[in-house]
Amino acid sequence: MRAPAELVSHVFRNPEAIQGFSMGDWDKLVRQARQADLLARLHALLIQAKLDAAIPAVARWHFESATTLADTQQGEMRRELRRLRALLAGLDFPLVLLKGAAYVAAELPASNGRLIEDIDLLVPAERLGDVESALEHADWQEVDLPGYDRSYYRRWRYDAPQLQHLRRAMVINLHHAIVPDSARYRPEANKLRRRAIEIPRFAGLRVLTSEDRILLAATLLFHDDGLSHGLRDLSDLDLLLREAASETDFWPQLLARAEEMDLGRPLFYALRYAQHFFATPVPHEVRDHLRSVEPGSATLKLMDGIYTRMLAPAHRSCMDVFTPPARAATYLRTHWLRRPPRQLVPHLVYKAFISPYQREPNPA
Amino acid sequence: MKLLQLPPVELRRQLAGPGIWLRTGPFSLRVRSRLDSVATGLGELYGQFEVRNPRETFADFHVSVDPQIKLRQALRPKANFSFDGVEPFDPEPLDQAYPMLERGLDWCVSEHAHQYLIIHAAAVEKNDQAVILPAPTDSGKSTLVAALVLSGWRLLSDELVLIDRKTGLIHPLPRPIRLKNESIPLIRAFHADAYFSGISRDTADGTIAYMRPPKESVRRQHEPAKPGWIIFPKWIADGELEVLPRSKQQTYQSLTQNAFNYSQLGTEGFRVCSALIKQTDCYDFQYSRLEEAVAVFDRLAASSVTTEQGN
Repeated sequence: MRAPAELVSHVFRNPEAIQGFSMGDWDKLVRQARQADLLARLHALLIQAKLDAAIPAVARWHFESATTLADTQQGEMRRELRRLRALLAGLDFPLVLLKGAAYVAAELPASNGRLIEDIDLLVPAERLGDVESALEHADWQEVDLPGYDRSYYRRWRYDAPQLQHLRRAMVINLHHAIVPDSARYRPEANKLRRRAIEIPRFAGLRVLTSEDRILLAATLLFHDDGLSHGLRDLSDLDLLLREAASETDFWPQLLARAEEMDLGRPLFYALRYAQHFFATPVPHEVRDHLRSVEPGSATLKLMDGIYTRMLAPAHRSCMDVFTPPARAATYLRTHWLRRPPRQLVPHLVYKAFISPYQREPNPA
Repeated sequence: MKLLQLPPVELRRQLAGPGIWLRTGPFSLRVRSRLDSVATGLGELYGQFEVRNPRETFADFHVSVDPQIKLRQALRPKANFSFDGVEPFDPEPLDQAYPMLERGLDWCVSEHAHQYLIIHAAAVEKNDQAVILPAPTDSGKSTLVAALVLSGWRLLSDELVLIDRKTGLIHPLPRPIRLKNESIPLIRAFHADAYFSGISRDTADGTIAYMRPPKESVRRQHEPAKPGWIIFPKWIADGELEVLPRSKQQTYQSLTQNAFNYSQLGTEGFRVCSALIKQTDCYDFQYSRLEEAVAVFDRLAASSVTTEQGN
């Protein structure tokens, strides 16, 4: 694989390397890590490795300031989750947290230095309306989308549009499925929900089991068309894997669950790129086992070329001439995975030729 | 080395090439621009600020203001501000490139520098006591600040007051003072030394111009200052001069509303804000004539000296 001109994952793999960093390297590291939303996590890593004293004085505030922000956001998140639990206590089904909110609530290592502004909730499709109306009574309001996007969301997307709180800077994404019904790899939301486990500190709220959490993160990563937080999401996966690896029988259970839900291919890629960027330890038997779902060598080469670029921080210093085609290929591929051509072609035509010329309200 | 020591040709060469390395208050910048108006604005307003060799590698904020390269804009090019690839604003007409740079630098600081509590306010200092002037729009804050710094007060900041979370002191960021419309001739008439650049007409706010910060304020830009007063100024045409004490609770509320990163700091924001209010006297201040306003501020500064000597 190609060695990227990329310092963030280099430091995650070899934290001691910072001791030999020039000021030019620090400049690059701070800029790339900021772009990847990984400044605070890098800071946590350097503190853990007792290397934070090696951060030069002029660069230090960038890390500390990011940590301040992450700490505040996580505090806000915990407060919000307590409110949410009280608000939705009357519903007769458990609330399942996904992604960042789950990592924070369950105090997983994947919450280390994690910036987080959204709550992702998984609810049964048939109860979506109940949850929405309960939230709307408590000052949560649907985020406005342009007309086309709105109907598109309702029809094809797997989650209801986001709800934004009227006064607090917090957003809830309600999911009733993980990916659209039309998608190639489709973890069944009900299967995931059925196994979800209580969080001791937040009775009433649940999170997925470690295997499901990892399979979900892997599937989402390879269905993400922009990968704006690709490296951060991959770093989450790395931390989830390292933690879960200490559980007995974790790896066999992960493989069995992947097979059961037909998610071997996304898992294969997730492990491959987690190893590439973060040197995540993966046992030989697991790699051997996943040979059966490995794509052909030409496809794999192409995927490597695409994903080693797309998962790097979206900073100028990490890009080369192949970055733009890699970006286009990811966009097409993820949409291809989500729906058949009959739906895909009109959607892409609309996005390419109609919506750029329509006036949209300023995000301001 | 100071920016004014760079020959204009070299300044333009660096701006268009690797970018110029510039220090403002606690932050180092690398600014790139191919626009002549940006080079002129920087040359005329930042002359006293430190620059370094362009090979200097570390900078806090890498920013650029350049004509936008987009087919649709080919006929009426616009200026675009970028912070290391992130573009927080909509492009503006080319003649607003310089104000865009100033606005962009404010954005960089208020979005990232959480080692400070950042208040949307101006601050000036005399006799080791600083006055914080929070800024509701059209309060005439910048006009008053311009008059004060032309009358011997030290400029700490015109737009962003940085309260060091550890010490509670104000860290200076004495960048140019932004004035609008009739304030510009008013300040020109107030003092012959007032120097303006970066002038843009027809902006959303009308005409805006930037006043060069006093040399002495820039020379002392690394000397923190102790907050003594928080004063909410209000300019009223032909109004009476009025200084009224303001309750601490009311001041606290206005401060949190005017702070850019109060919510980002969590409980720490509450602690820093409370400590700040505890050590300051708070007033509402109404004025119509600049000379009278400056005289009130001078008396305030003199009173703090007498009190200290009395103690």
